[in-house]
Amino acid sequence: MSTDNNDETRNPSRRRFLQSSAMAGAGLIAGAGAASAATPDPLITEVQDWASVFGDPVDAAPYGMPIHFEEHVVRRNVEWLTESTASSINFTPIHALEGTITPQGVAFERHHSGAIELSKPDYRLMINGLVDRPLVFTFEDLLRFPRAMTIAFCECAANGGMEWGGAQLEGVQFTQGMIHNMEYTGVMLRDLLAEAGVKPEGKWIYVEGHDASSNGRSLPLEKAMDDVMVAFFANGEALRKEHGYPVRLVVPGWEGNMWIKWLRRIGVYDQAVESREETSKYTDLMPDGRARKWTWVMDAKSVITSPSPQAPIRHGKGPLVITGLAWSGNGKIDRVDVSLDGGRNWQEARITGDARPKALTRFHLDIDWDGSELFLQSRAIDETGYVQPTKQALREIRGLNNVYHNNGIQTWWVKEDGEVENVEIA
Amino acid sequence: MSKSRNSAFAALLAAGLVAGPALAEPLGIGREALPEEIAAWDVAVLPDGTGLREGSGDVETGDELFAEHCASCHGDFAEGLDSWPSLAGGAGSLNDPRPVKTIGSYWPYLSTVYDYVHRSMPFGNAQVLSVDDTYAITAFLLYSNGLVEDDFVLTHENFTDIAMPNAEGFYPDDRPETEYVQFSTEPCMTDCIPGAPEITKRAAELKVTPTEEDGTPAGTLPVISAAADAG
Repeated sequence: MSTDNNDETRNPSRRRFLQSSAMAGAGLIAGAGAASAATPDPLITEVQDWASVFGDPVDAAPYGMPIHFEEHVVRRNVEWLTESTASSINFTPIHALEGTITPQGVAFERHHSGAIELSKPDYRLMINGLVDRPLVFTFEDLLRFPRAMTIAFCECAANGGMEWGGAQLEGVQFTQGMIHNMEYTGVMLRDLLAEAGVKPEGKWIYVEGHDASSNGRSLPLEKAMDDVMVAFFANGEALRKEHGYPVRLVVPGWEGNMWIKWLRRIGVYDQAVESREETSKYTDLMPDGRARKWTWVMDAKSVITSPSPQAPIRHGKGPLVITGLAWSGNGKIDRVDVSLDGGRNWQEARITGDARPKALTRFHLDIDWDGSELFLQSRAIDETGYVQPTKQALREIRGLNNVYHNNGIQTWWVKEDGEVENVEIA
Repeated sequence: MSKSRNSAFAALLAAGLVAGPALAEPLGIGREALPEEIAAWDVAVLPDGTGLREGSGDVETGDELFAEHCASCHGDFAEGLDSWPSLAGGAGSLNDPRPVKTIGSYWPYLSTVYDYVHRSMPFGNAQVLSVDDTYAITAFLLYSNGLVEDDFVLTHENFTDIAMPNAEGFYPDDRPETEYVQFSTEPCMTDCIPGAPEITKRAAELKVTPTEEDGTPAGTLPVISAAADAG
């Protein structure tokens, strides 16, 4: 990869106009550079194949995939993070995405015993426990309930967990990419519970999946009756196999572990089950050796997705788009601030599109980069007034072994050559 | 409200199936779960012993079952092989720089051990252990953690007598009090930190990220000004 003095030749600023022209004239660039070109661009002056002959027919791809030039925009895993790829994680390529909706095909996966294949005919959902009438639903049954829609982020509780102890992985895909954001359609959990009739002593629900891990988690009834959805559609089509086909739980704002996939049973109890996934895992060790449990909500967080280590600056000085994502499990994002100097000074970024509650929100800041090093940071503020903390502020309270819920401010060191590194700074 | 919904609700009321004030009116979708179906799927065990089924198992039987089903990953003594989870050890390590969180050192309830092993282990071949098998393996895990003698017999009746060492080690989320208050003040915008930034940690030095052939992080955006891959 080269980010050498060719960047100078593509600089669009007028101050560099003469120099750029001279170098272009010398044949150093062809087909690039907006400011000037001494020789005509053959991509324009010569008829290209695609302007003359046929492209693919409409029957070439009944279900299309991205063009091969985008083959870097894929999920990636990091082998050493886990012992088995069946109980593991992969990462959404958020460095390469824009807007807020995550394409399902690259939306991260986290399984505890692999992505199972479960057909709609084989699907059953049970509601039992402290209910008036324990029920079994088929998938066909579920399609008859009144439907609802929501857009929500699903962020793994462990997103950024490898970074608690320092800067470790190189790229926003790896440090913040255990997340996706989809538009869901399904039925409200409260409507299913009403069908069974929750008894007054029923205070908790326990939700588990069809897979071998079951991933059982307890939720307080208040949340279940509020905004939890039993979803069948994501981004317009059925859930992907790896995302819980045909039915998953959507738990807006709460840690991804509770978004039970391949949902099999909803048990109503008078107390929490305190299952493995809410005792051994998804509990957060604190400095005194005790641990927080039931840390359900994902706090306000943001990250600059470009520039970032996988998205270096190669176009030289001048106009630069800083783009990123912000989100909060406690409501809407109100504001995102961006710093170019490691938190010394901040300026308010622009929220592009809608800031929806408990959903990914896009922000942009357009700057004129003078080619000097930057320490880029973003800082989300949600509608409760909560301001995304620094990693250091979190560590002062929680120590280094929390494992989960790292929503600390990310720093990217942009070097003069346009390369970008994941760093921590003082 | 449609007539059919009303009549379905009325039928349920008449049948005495809706007790007390209903939260919403049922639509009459789905059918009643049979006892055998509930028994097959609701195998959860709660901390107070709710969900335990009649049965028993001793340490010695558990040791044999563990050798057969579990030790290839978790070790003969539940200490964990390679990077597979350690199920025993680590007592008193929770304030250490690198805590060892096991059943004995960390888990609050024995119910979780029974429940998780019974439903989700062995990894790759789950739900093959009987009720008695699971009592026996749970007894062996207690023994491996130094919590019972080698002649101990675990049953549905003495199960809740077992108190785990870290039973009091957890508290519900207190972020609203300990963090939200502190983090919800108007943030500094200008001249917030004196001096220039000093780099204290660089991920690049660890070299643990998957890379492309040219050494850049995996998935790095292609150079647009370079020739496109003819593919």
